[in-house]
Amino acid sequence: MTVNQPEPIPEKGFAIKDCALTAIATGRRAQNLRELRHILQEIHPGSIYYHFWGGLLRPRYYDREYKNDFANWAATSLHHQTLAERLSVIDPNDYADIERLREELLDTIDDVLDATEQVPWAVADEQFHFMRSQIVVFSTHHLVAEPEQLKEVVPAMTISSVFYHFIDARSRTDAHVDDFRAWLGGMSPRYDDLCERLAQVDPYFESLPRLREQLSELFNDYFGGGAS
Amino acid sequence: MRSMLEAYAEVAGADVIDQLHQLAEPLRGKRVVHVNSTRIGGGVAEILNKLVPALEELGIESIWEVLTGESDFYQCTKGFHNAIQGTAADIPPALLRVYEETNAENAERLRPVLAEADIVLIHDPQPAALLRHIPERRGKWIWRCHIDASRPYRPVWRYLRKFVSEYDASIFSLAAFAQPLPHNVYIIPPSIDPLTEKNMDLPEEEIAAVRERFGIDPDRPMILQVSRFDRFKDPLGVIAAYREARKFVPNLQLVLAGGGATDDPEGDVVLTEVQQAAAGDANIKVLLLPADAHRTINALQRAADIVLQKSLKEGFGLTVTEAMWKGKPVIGGNTGGIRLQLVNHETGFLVNTPEGAAMRIRYLLFHQKQRLKMGRNAREFVRENFLVTRHMREYLTLILTLIHGGEERIVLG
Repeated sequence: MTVNQPEPIPEKGFAIKDCALTAIATGRRAQNLRELRHILQEIHPGSIYYHFWGGLLRPRYYDREYKNDFANWAATSLHHQTLAERLSVIDPNDYADIERLREELLDTIDDVLDATEQVPWAVADEQFHFMRSQIVVFSTHHLVAEPEQLKEVVPAMTISSVFYHFIDARSRTDAHVDDFRAWLGGMSPRYDDLCERLAQVDPYFESLPRLREQLSELFNDYFGGGAS
Repeated sequence: MRSMLEAYAEVAGADVIDQLHQLAEPLRGKRVVHVNSTRIGGGVAEILNKLVPALEELGIESIWEVLTGESDFYQCTKGFHNAIQGTAADIPPALLRVYEETNAENAERLRPVLAEADIVLIHDPQPAALLRHIPERRGKWIWRCHIDASRPYRPVWRYLRKFVSEYDASIFSLAAFAQPLPHNVYIIPPSIDPLTEKNMDLPEEEIAAVRERFGIDPDRPMILQVSRFDRFKDPLGVIAAYREARKFVPNLQLVLAGGGATDDPEGDVVLTEVQQAAAGDANIKVLLLPADAHRTINALQRAADIVLQKSLKEGFGLTVTEAMWKGKPVIGGNTGGIRLQLVNHETGFLVNTPEGAAMRIRYLLFHQKQRLKMGRNAREFVRENFLVTRHMREYLTLILTLIHGGEERIVLG
């Protein structure tokens, strides 16, 4: 067991892993938009990560109407559609790190606060609870030896495994890429084209089941079509 | 004979059990002690009855101790229970003294076990003051709050807070139920056990026998709500929804099944109101069932076409998850934990009024394909998110974190 250490990608083969998130309450809650802004300014970066990405792994079904918890709260609890739409379109991949993402969130909220006469409020039992998470990584005891096997392996992956390799990877690999690219890119230039196609898959705007479908189609198309 | 974990693997999947083994591997030989106030009855005892042997099977020494006390102690802790859930009632100083003395006596009795344990999990407020009496403790102590502490009665919470603040971590069921504390507050939602009488598969003949026993016609649609007769569960709203839906589904049957004797003095009043509202309509069955009628409730849920939980206020409604596990779409009140348990339009519907409930009842009864699909979605949703195996995984993760340190990432295997 290792704690808080980067995980080595095995040199020979691609080890399929799985993961689970455990939620931790920060104890910070917002009742209105100004409180949300105030807390957002100083909250632990892990909380912002959780409210952008953690939703993908929480109990829910398929597609999310709003892509992050802040946008969802703006829509369902503050009933402020303009803010919800503007927050929902923020793609965390566009920002170099969580601090830049935090700035964008604050700017967006400030714009709305500047243009609003009354601070939007949520009813008493619909506060925004700032959370963060802890990730536990499991072995599946499955090692992919050859890239061609990905076309069979990826469709059978759990959605939490897809999360681990395609989303979580970006925050733990040196190049901030998914594990597939990290593995294939280090093998041979022959997979450059495949890596480019993987880079075009947006991990944020799709649900995990849909993301798995997209990746499955991509690997099937690449390897099944004789491109390799 | 099949082990407990093998039995769970058949329902939850072998990969889930493999994850439990991976989490348990670094904890082998460690000793975990649970302390609560009863060995029989209630949700806490139910989970411990499974968790303790499961931990043993995973190679972790697991001990379950129960607090002993006199009636004044339980009167005091009942007061805590109500106050944490918002009842504004002070607890007399004499009872608080009994609370502290009882904890001190139990601490003496349990001292060797508690002092040497690697992890001590204290369930609910009853044993919360034990920690203070074990200054030589060598393990980590966790306080597990099973009740909704979102709006506690402040004077009582302030009193309890001084005890629970000293723990190394605490666990609440939902973020909305938690109180800020000076340590990590973990959020672990409740779960259901697919192997208990409440949730296990039943033979068709048993379901048919329950239908017959209560005069439920198997050839006509039936909707069901299982809950205490409590205003927050809105049984009168359910009857109103049924009456509205019946205009379009004339052969509809409604079953309201709930517990009998209760320590809630308002329970009888609400039950009388429900019986009056149902009087004269043979298609409404108001069933008062004993607290251990688990198989009967199970059969009723399986016999229903749609299950309702039209609560006006709800923490985590276990009956919602239980019905979903039986492949039933659930129409639930748009409140509290139900919003987390039920996915609107996918595993059922969230509603705000009896009219909304009636509309959804009609929709689901007229669209059989959609109703069956939602039922299948519901069962899968529970399998992935609300089975006891997930609960065990989260407990083990927390234990591992506390023993080995580390904040954000634990890599196993």
